[in-house]
Amino acid sequence: MQNADREINKEKISVAEMAKQILEQGRADRLMGWKRGEFFYDNSPAVFENLSELDDFVYDLFCGSNLSKFLVKESRKDGKIAVLLKPCDRYSFNQLVKEHRIIKDNVLPVEIDCDGMLDIDKIRALGIKGIKKITVDGDQLQIDTVYGPKTCAREDVLLMKCLTCKDRVGGDRFELVKEIEAMSSVERYEFWRSELSKCIRCNACRNVCPACTCEKCVFDNDKSGIANKANTDSFEESLYHMIRAFHVAGRCTDCGECTRVCPQNIPLHLINRKIIKDLNEFYGEYQAGEDDFSKGPLTRFDLDDVEPDIVMERGGNK
Amino acid sequence: MSAQILTVKMENIGNLFKAIAADQKLYLPLEQAGQVQFLPYDPADDSQKVRLDVLNTVRSAKDLFFPQSENMVAFKKQGKKIDIIENREKVEAFTVFGVRACDARSFDILDRVFLSEPVDVSYAERRARGTVVTLACNEPEETCFCETFGIDAAKPDGDITTWIADGLLWWQANTNKGVKLTDKLLSVDAGLFVDSTGEAKALEEQQEKIREIISQLPLHGLSLEYFHKEELKTIFNSPKWQELSEACIGCGTCTFVCPTCQCYDIRDYDTGNGVQRYRCWDSCMYSDFVMMAHGNPRTSQVERFRQRFMHKLVYYPANNEGIFSCVGCGRCLAKCPSSMNIVKVAKTIGGEANV
Amino acid sequence: MCSCSCSHEGHEHDHNHGHEHHADALIPVIGVVTDIRVDTPDVKTFRVTAPEGGICFEYMPGQCAMLSIPAVGEAMFSITSSPTNREFMEFSIKKCGTLTDWLHQIEPEQELTIRGPYGNGFPVDDALAGQDLLFIAGGIGLAPLRSVINYCLHHRDRYGSIDIVYGARSSSDLVDIDELKNIWPTLENTNVHLTIDREEEGWDGHVGFVPSYVKELDFSLDKTVLLCGPPIMIKFTLASLQEMGFDKTQVYTTMELKMKCGVGKCGRCNIGSKYVCKDGPVFRCDELDELPDEY
Repeated sequence: MQNADREINKEKISVAEMAKQILEQGRADRLMGWKRGEFFYDNSPAVFENLSELDDFVYDLFCGSNLSKFLVKESRKDGKIAVLLKPCDRYSFNQLVKEHRIIKDNVLPVEIDCDGMLDIDKIRALGIKGIKKITVDGDQLQIDTVYGPKTCAREDVLLMKCLTCKDRVGGDRFELVKEIEAMSSVERYEFWRSELSKCIRCNACRNVCPACTCEKCVFDNDKSGIANKANTDSFEESLYHMIRAFHVAGRCTDCGECTRVCPQNIPLHLINRKIIKDLNEFYGEYQAGEDDFSKGPLTRFDLDDVEPDIVMERGGNK
Repeated sequence: MSAQILTVKMENIGNLFKAIAADQKLYLPLEQAGQVQFLPYDPADDSQKVRLDVLNTVRSAKDLFFPQSENMVAFKKQGKKIDIIENREKVEAFTVFGVRACDARSFDILDRVFLSEPVDVSYAERRARGTVVTLACNEPEETCFCETFGIDAAKPDGDITTWIADGLLWWQANTNKGVKLTDKLLSVDAGLFVDSTGEAKALEEQQEKIREIISQLPLHGLSLEYFHKEELKTIFNSPKWQELSEACIGCGTCTFVCPTCQCYDIRDYDTGNGVQRYRCWDSCMYSDFVMMAHGNPRTSQVERFRQRFMHKLVYYPANNEGIFSCVGCGRCLAKCPSSMNIVKVAKTIGGEANV
Repeated sequence: MCSCSCSHEGHEHDHNHGHEHHADALIPVIGVVTDIRVDTPDVKTFRVTAPEGGICFEYMPGQCAMLSIPAVGEAMFSITSSPTNREFMEFSIKKCGTLTDWLHQIEPEQELTIRGPYGNGFPVDDALAGQDLLFIAGGIGLAPLRSVINYCLHHRDRYGSIDIVYGARSSSDLVDIDELKNIWPTLENTNVHLTIDREEEGWDGHVGFVPSYVKELDFSLDKTVLLCGPPIMIKFTLASLQEMGFDKTQVYTTMELKMKCGVGKCGRCNIGSKYVCKDGPVFRCDELDELPDEY
């Protein structure tokens, strides 16, 4: 990260204390963070305008949502807004600044630490129901439920994006992409058909995506000819997802929000990762949002860029 | 109406499904790529995984009566002439098994919209042809609050109610349609069920257990009385809508997973060979929902967000004897990308009155 | 109600006898455009009949119909003609969107699809009966009122005096209908008051906005008012009427919001708990006070 105009937590105070100090000292007029939910795991993004509102402020293991995109709207309001950015969120923030979607002068970015966020859906998928409380016990989670105590490994229920965290020693984020590449075309088709035919076209992936900030999306534009709200078959949604992936190509920071919000748990990030992997192979390693000024692989032209027929040369698994 | 209680051993439940599916489509909660949906059961397909342990399917059972999209009518245009071609899909008889108490109640809420005059023909036809077999909830979730709406998860409505207790599936027909299906199953295989009428102690114990769990759930006692008592315009004008809607990203997740959301769009698709008019789900959360040629009365997400919750908590009840358009299934609690939901709205707008 | 006399509550019986006798409210019929008249630079009046001639369906003044050109669009329009006209229906349509642009290009004999009638209409047989009526219209707002005016004139003995105040931006924006110039002003106990927003060469009539003109005309307060026009004109005219001493319960207006189904089910055109397509489009102004200000 190469931006100096940031709040960095040098004194290692709690995030809640940082938030309080920022508002108290008038370093920003408002602060975007997370608000305590109905339960302990359903924190919502929220804007805090004064100290008393901070009573509901929370920063814990269930603050997975990326606040960057909210700034497209928030940075256009009067006054300065401070925003809490986990390491992964900073990439989206930079990318949005680079694309002039966030008015940088109106924002005070605040870098906060993160040890990985938990995914309540993954905990539920383990068959754990009636969840009342979760306590972290080293690598394990002690889960208090209506049906008695349960445990699970913390690593097993981290948000997908945390498993290959860009700022920690994460696993190989292309591992699953490679597995899909290794499939036969029939297997690959079946894999995506099975996943994408679950899509209910709620647009959550698009609306949450920090790279999707068009004023009017082609899919909402009646005059675009592809504003279909319904499918002729259950696999037609693949068109929507592929067009979206191509539109964010080179700009997607791999923040993982698409997969986090998908109500059907479709691993949408894999489509983006496949494109990132290809871009890396074609144009050299590039991380969108690493900074807020450099040109991306698809907005730059070099004489030694690969030719389109690379597609033929590479082929792919038949 | 029959008070007869039948049982079938859980290990033989496959026989029951096969018997139902013998002459009609049977929808079961099946796993698809890790998620559970009501999908057509295929007795010949061993790979299908029936998930009676999962409480909420991602999409609610309303899909079977009000599908996400359906053809209405087609047109052929030739010069100045237009031909109307009726091509609505014919609905065959079907049964859905495993509907939970909340979803079963959602049909009553949808009925009040779609079966009021003028009757929605395609919904009415699906309601008439569909037999609903419900399943009591042995393990309610912390997100459940069906109790708020007087729904008993230990005894769901439906044409037939079933329970899982003591290694048995307990089966009780509630309606003529339910009796008809039961009689038909018995006529094909008299040994399919054991008559357990009068020996339902295990079943009663299970029901007690369910009610006991529900009384311990975090949302137990949630009351929406504020929305019955307070003036419509006072609720509408609450300053709290602003902060509540802040986190809303304007997607349609809550709407599409909701068993009672019923808004739809009517659109035309030019097939190149004619025009297909279809109806599909729509969401009041979408920015173009009420967009007109000359303007949009809901220009920001605050207004769209307010519309959705006002509809559920105030407008629908105003038109339907105070009945809320919510069944407490908890899907929006579990699925909203920003963890915003009807419980937070009710508690924030209703303030202390609702906690 | 369902004519098979089945109770829809409980749904205990199978509807095996089918629902063929329910006309599906969402499926349209064919209408033929037999004549197109240019009323103003951006308003045309379309005459529509059933393919076999005559009106497409029965309706009351103030009710609406869904017109569509498949694959272009479908939208709700107020029926401009009076139901006392048995030969044809008329729709005065302003060019302002995809469908209306398209309609403005068609020629006679063009078919379109039509379904309806939708909405409540004006209470011509109840609250309006026996009353002195004051019609106030701005621009295209005359379209729904024209149906009522002609209905009342047809049943002249059922109503008292009739005053019609009609304004538009310029003389060319006053819809060019025969009745307005040559018929209504000549009838007994019927007065037409025209106004345009700005001075104009060749115009010797009144100049000024409708809300102030209404005040100048100083109507007696026992009239029942039917008001229709752009939202801003409605707002200020209603204020003028109240200043004059009219009560909101004396004033009826019609609303317009986005509609898709026309039968109060698609969830689009609500103002609070009321659906414009079903509970409206005609509202008494005091009824609107009970509803959220979201239109």
